[in-house]
Amino acid sequence: MTGQMLIEAWRAMGANRLRTFLTMLGMVIGVGAVVLMLAIGQGAQYSVEESISSMGSNLFIILSGSSTSGGMRMGAGATPTLTVADAQALSELPEISAVSPAVPGTAQVVYGSNNWSTSVYGTTPAYLTVRNWSVSEGYPFTDSDVRSATRVALIGQTVVDNIFGSEDPVNKIIRIRQSPYLVVGVLSRKGQSLDGRDQDDTILIPVTTAQRKLFGTQFQGSVRFIMAQAASAQMMASAEKEMESLLRQRHHIQEGAESDFTIRNLTALANTAAQATRVMSIMLGAIASISLLVGGIGIMNIMLVSVTERTREIGIRVAIGARRRDIMTQFLLEAVIISISGCTVGVLLGVIGAAAVNRFAEITVVITGISILMAFMVASCVGVFFGFYPARKAALLKPIDALRYQ
Amino acid sequence: MDAVVRTEGLYKEYETDAGAVPVLKGIDLAIGMGEFVAVMGPSGSGKSTFMNILGCLDVPTKGRYFLNGRDVGTLSDDQLARLRNEVIGFVFQGFNLLPRANLEDNVSLPLVYCNVQKRERTKKAVEMLEKVGLGKYAKSLPNQISGGQQQRVAIARALVNDPKLILADEPTGNLDTKTSNEIMQLFRELNLEGITIVLVTHEPDIAAYAKRLVKFVDGMLTYDGEVSGAHA
Ligand SMILES: Nc1ncnc2c1ncn2[C@@H]1O[C@H](COP(=O)(O)OP(=O)(O)OP(=O)(O)O)[C@@H](O)[C@H]1O
Ligand SMILES: [Mg+2]
Repeated sequence: MTGQMLIEAWRAMGANRLRTFLTMLGMVIGVGAVVLMLAIGQGAQYSVEESISSMGSNLFIILSGSSTSGGMRMGAGATPTLTVADAQALSELPEISAVSPAVPGTAQVVYGSNNWSTSVYGTTPAYLTVRNWSVSEGYPFTDSDVRSATRVALIGQTVVDNIFGSEDPVNKIIRIRQSPYLVVGVLSRKGQSLDGRDQDDTILIPVTTAQRKLFGTQFQGSVRFIMAQAASAQMMASAEKEMESLLRQRHHIQEGAESDFTIRNLTALANTAAQATRVMSIMLGAIASISLLVGGIGIMNIMLVSVTERTREIGIRVAIGARRRDIMTQFLLEAVIISISGCTVGVLLGVIGAAAVNRFAEITVVITGISILMAFMVASCVGVFFGFYPARKAALLKPIDALRYQ
Repeated sequence: MDAVVRTEGLYKEYETDAGAVPVLKGIDLAIGMGEFVAVMGPSGSGKSTFMNILGCLDVPTKGRYFLNGRDVGTLSDDQLARLRNEVIGFVFQGFNLLPRANLEDNVSLPLVYCNVQKRERTKKAVEMLEKVGLGKYAKSLPNQISGGQQQRVAIARALVNDPKLILADEPTGNLDTKTSNEIMQLFRELNLEGITIVLVTHEPDIAAYAKRLVKFVDGMLTYDGEVSGAHA
C-alpha cells in the first residue's frame, strides 16, 4: 500500500516536472538558508567561546583611574595609581587565587637579521596562571627574575614565526629596543582574543625589567593594570567587594569619595559577548526560517492547485473504494516528499555554501548533526502542515461532485 | 431475501436557484442475485442519479436503500468505501481510467485500497486483463489504446475485486455499434458467471442483452418487466 502510494506520488510529481521543481526550489532555498545561517551563527558562537576560554576564567582587570568620575573625565588607565605592591596585597586576599600586574608597551624586537614590532608585557609568573596559559618549550621566568629585574623573555608563537622561523628560540638572545634578552621559553598557541587581536603576537618579561629597563615608569613601581583571578565563580562578587575596599584603604580614599581605580569583571563582559552572539545566531536562524515558511506556503499553493486539477482523479479513486484517509494520505505524502527532497538538496547546498563562506570569507562556520536533523524535522513538519489543508480538502470532496467535475 | 439491491421510496431532490427540484420521486425496486437489468428512459429522467445512489456515490434525500440486505443510510464513510471497493464495480460512459497509470496499475487500483500485496495485485490484474482480451497491453497507457479497449480495461478494473454487482452507466455511449456489441457480449458472459448487472442505455439493441428492463420517466418507474415486452 505505502509502496504503491509512493509510486503514485512520484508519478503525480513527474507529471508536472517544472512545477514540482519550482515548488521544491522554495524548500531548497528555505532550508539552504537556514542551514547556512545556523552554520554562520554557531561558528560565531564557537569562536567567541574559544576566545573566552583562552582568556582565562573568573577574571578581573583592575585599571587605574576612575571610569565613572564626575567632572573631569580621565578615562580608566589614564593616571597610573596602581603599583606592584597593590598587586602583592591583592594576592593575599582569600578570595583571590592569582594576581599579576602588567606594564604593557610595544617594542621592536630583533633576532639576527629579522625584526618585528610586537607588544611587550612586563608581568609576573602568576600571569600564566591567571590567563590559563602554558609554556610549550623551555621554562617560564621566575619570581627571582622579577625580584632582580633580569633580562629574560617568554615569547609568543607569532613572534617565534616572525623572527626565528624554524630555528629553536630557547636560550637564544634577542634584542628588545637594542638591549639583549635571553629567551627562556615559548608560550603555547592561544589564537584570537574576543576583540580579534592575535594573542600570540606578544612577549612577556619580568614586570620590574619593564619598569626599570624597558619602558620606565612615572613613579616607583607603578603598573598600568592588574589582572586578578577569583578562586571560584561563586566568589566573584565577594572578591570584587574585598578588592575594592582593600585598594581604597591602601590608596587612602575617604568614605564617599571616588575610587582612583576601576575593577572590571572580564568574565561577565565575556559572557555578555557570548550572549550577544547567541542572540545574533538565533536572529539569523529566525530570518532564514522566514524563507522556509515562504517555501511551505509555496507547497500549499501548488497542492491546492493540484487538488483542483485532480478532482476527477479523486472521484475515480473514491468510486473504486478509496477511503477519505487514503486520499488524505496520498496528498500529504506528495507534500512531504516534495518538502523532504527539497530539504535534502537544501541541506547539501547549505553545507556547500557554508564551506564556501568558510573558505572565501574566512569566517568560522560550525555545522552540527543537530542542526541538520532539525532542518529535516522542520521541513517534514512544514510539508505536513502546509500539505494538510489541501489534502483535507481533497479528502472531504463528495464522491459524486468529484466524479462529475469537469 | 436474496435481493442484492432493494430501494424503498427512494426520493432525491437537488437544490437549485429555482428551489428544490425533485429528480427521483419514490423509486421502489428490488434486483435479485444474478439478474441483468437494463435501465432506459429519456434524458434527464434521473437514471444516472439512481445509479449513483446504487453505487453509494450519492445519498437519497428520502427513502432507503439496502445493498446485500444492509441499510446503506446507516453506514459510515469508511464502510461505504469498503462496499464500493468489495461489492460494487462501476463502469462509466467516459471510462474514467487514470491517464498516467498503465493498464495493469489501473486495473489493480481497487486492490491497493484493500491492502492486497503487490505480487497478488499484479497477478489478479493481468488475469483480468486477459479475461477482457487485453493481456498483452498490461504496460500500455490508457491513451495508447482505443475507446473500446479502454472500456474493457474499465470493466477489468470493476471485476478485479470479485464484485457481486456491476453498475454500468451508458458503458457503450461513446462506442460504435460493433464495439458496443463486443462489450455487451462481455457483460453477458459476466452475468452468466453469476454477477448481477445493472446497465443504463438509450439503445434498445443494447438493452436487448439484458433479461429485465426498467424504464424511468421524470423520476418515476414506468415500466418493469421483460425486455422483449417493451418493444412490442
Ligand atoms: N448536481 C446537480 N444539481 C442540480 N441538478 C442536477 C444535478 N445533477 C443532476 N441534476 C438534474 O437531475 C436531473 C436528472 O439527471 P440525471 O443525470 O440523473 O439524468 P439521466 O437520466 O441520467 O439523463 P441522461 O440520459 O442524459 O444521462 C436532470 O434534470 C439534471 O439537470
Ligand atoms: Mg445519465
